[in-house]
Amino acid sequence: MDMLLAAWRYRFFILSSIRNDLRSRFIRSKLGGLWMVIHPLAQVLIFATILSEVLAAKLPGIDNKYAYALYLMAGMLCWTLFTETITRCLSLFIDSGNLMKKMAFPRICLPLIAAGTMLVTNVLLLAAILLVFAVLGHFPGHYIVWLPLLILMTLAFSIGLGLILGVMNVFMRDIGQVVPVVLQALFWMTPIVYVTNIMPQKLQFWFKLNPLYPLVASYQNVLVFGTPPLWRELLWLSVAILALLVASLVVFRRASPEIVDAL
Amino acid sequence: MSGVLEAKGLGKAYRRWRSEWLRAASWFGAPVRPAEEHWVLRGIDFSVESGQTVGIVGQNGAGKSTLLKLITGTTRPTEGSVATGGRIAAILELGMGFNPDLTGRENAFHSAGLMGYSRAQIADAMPGIESFAEIGEYFDEPVRTYSSGMQMRVAFSVATAFKPDLLIVDEALSVGDSYFQHKSFDRIRSYRDQGVSILLVTHSMSDVRTLCDRVILLDKGRVVKDGAPDEVVDFYNAMIAEKENEAGGIEQVRHEGGWLQTRSGTGEARIVELRLFDAKTGSEVSMATVGQHLTLRLRAEIHGDVPQLVLGYMLRDRQGHVVWGTNTWHTGQVRMGLKAGDTVEFAMNFTCTLGPGSYSVSPALVSTDTHLVNNYEWVDNLLVFDVMNVSSPTFIGSNWLDARFGIDGDGFSENPRE
Repeated sequence: MDMLLAAWRYRFFILSSIRNDLRSRFIRSKLGGLWMVIHPLAQVLIFATILSEVLAAKLPGIDNKYAYALYLMAGMLCWTLFTETITRCLSLFIDSGNLMKKMAFPRICLPLIAAGTMLVTNVLLLAAILLVFAVLGHFPGHYIVWLPLLILMTLAFSIGLGLILGVMNVFMRDIGQVVPVVLQALFWMTPIVYVTNIMPQKLQFWFKLNPLYPLVASYQNVLVFGTPPLWRELLWLSVAILALLVASLVVFRRASPEIVDAL
Repeated sequence: MSGVLEAKGLGKAYRRWRSEWLRAASWFGAPVRPAEEHWVLRGIDFSVESGQTVGIVGQNGAGKSTLLKLITGTTRPTEGSVATGGRIAAILELGMGFNPDLTGRENAFHSAGLMGYSRAQIADAMPGIESFAEIGEYFDEPVRTYSSGMQMRVAFSVATAFKPDLLIVDEALSVGDSYFQHKSFDRIRSYRDQGVSILLVTHSMSDVRTLCDRVILLDKGRVVKDGAPDEVVDFYNAMIAEKENEAGGIEQVRHEGGWLQTRSGTGEARIVELRLFDAKTGSEVSMATVGQHLTLRLRAEIHGDVPQLVLGYMLRDRQGHVVWGTNTWHTGQVRMGLKAGDTVEFAMNFTCTLGPGSYSVSPALVSTDTHLVNNYEWVDNLLVFDVMNVSSPTFIGSNWLDARFGIDGDGFSENPRE
């Protein structure tokens, strides 16, 4: 509790850090903030070009010749937030090692700043994607009102997981090497590039156990198919995310005296 | 708690675990024991009353930095507790967390935020920070275009912009040019006059004597002495001397304060002891005063045939400039025909006509007026002592002249020392 209180006292610092974080990315490159959007969109473009032939068939429930690109973008919006947050959290304490060793401030600020930065970046990406959607002649239905909730769930999930991994990475640097590999595997196990129903029925069951599945599928539902999120799956997922967040805060709290010593 | 800072049974250990998983288990109360515990500090008890200026001295590795980290809260104690009353400001690592791409103003905002101040408080203090730093238009330029001195100026201005209850100053602090150094010391002094407690970590014994009300001496992670400045400084010097005596055979030693001791020679004659005494009382001196009568005593042991023995002294100041030097060849006091097993005692009386500062004595045992013929033993900076000005009017320089002013013929006579 006192951790959150401390964070509240430092709210101005957190906000100004987020701003500085974003600004320092803008300042010295010509395209500045655009790069944050260009990277995921370029990936979409690559996948769309290469794989649209493979998945030439129209996606069911959508009538647009760029259907596959739309589908990819919806999935990538979710995936980018998840993977970038995890990656950022992973090196969070190691990167801020010098600062933590020299200055006394509530450590909880660090993950909060990371979360804030990720959120802002992701909203920018969303805006860009909606723009592309409009250009391609696709307008998401009214279910898009649920998107903010989905984004927050994804963020909470990745922060919770990332915080635990980030703390462990301080003591066991191997984790920093393993996680990118696992993320790569996870990307292909999540229906972002492909559609679930092209798989055999038996395999589908296992793929749907992936905690990212309900999130990504819901993104695709509200953004592309104009259908409601997968409420039933999201419900148990939100319980799990809540538990994960609490667990990560406990780990963080117990470990933080030793983090500085180990850096 | 009565003062602004109280440490009780404070201890810090760095632990090693057989496996990092055991460490993780220990967070959740699993009964696992670390493979190795290394205590850097243990059993530290002290308090700082409000308005007190307390010095912390000790050799490198004594635990000073760890103590500061515990006080500022960057690391947490393994045992015991530190209680602080009020706001702490630390001038330890100036410019930490400055983002080179942001302007000085933005960084100042950010740093002050890191210290926990609100936007409104920072905005109020900003004009003061800007004017104190005195870097003109650069304040709104990216920090990467700054010189390191300018960066220091901004950092110091931010760190001291808000009046704390306890100010921690590390000696490592060297803030830019001498103009700004004076300015920053003035600010620290004015805080002291306003009743701010100050914790000063330094190697400079004269700073300790002039600034501190109390000094704490740390050695090997413990408080060895806590008391009045002169008492602790003398104890500290004696402690170092003792260590030097144990350290026979070490050829080159870098001492606290930067004095480098180098020993060379063929070894037929060896310097066993070199000590400085008050000529009148005969008590040993490590802090001399201007005008004091002193005796330098040296004992040499002969380990081989030494047909001629000459003792030379060289006195150097902090920068290594030779202030004075001579030898017994020039004074016509050469000892002849010494054999192994002999000992020779030298005593030199002199008046300390030196300016305030730190000085070193380098003795040499040779055979003629130069060490190029026979260099039996030469030790650079064997003895280091400080000089303080207590009774004379303030003066600068490394030399004390018995000078008097006469103004309009007043107070001037042909023979001023009648």
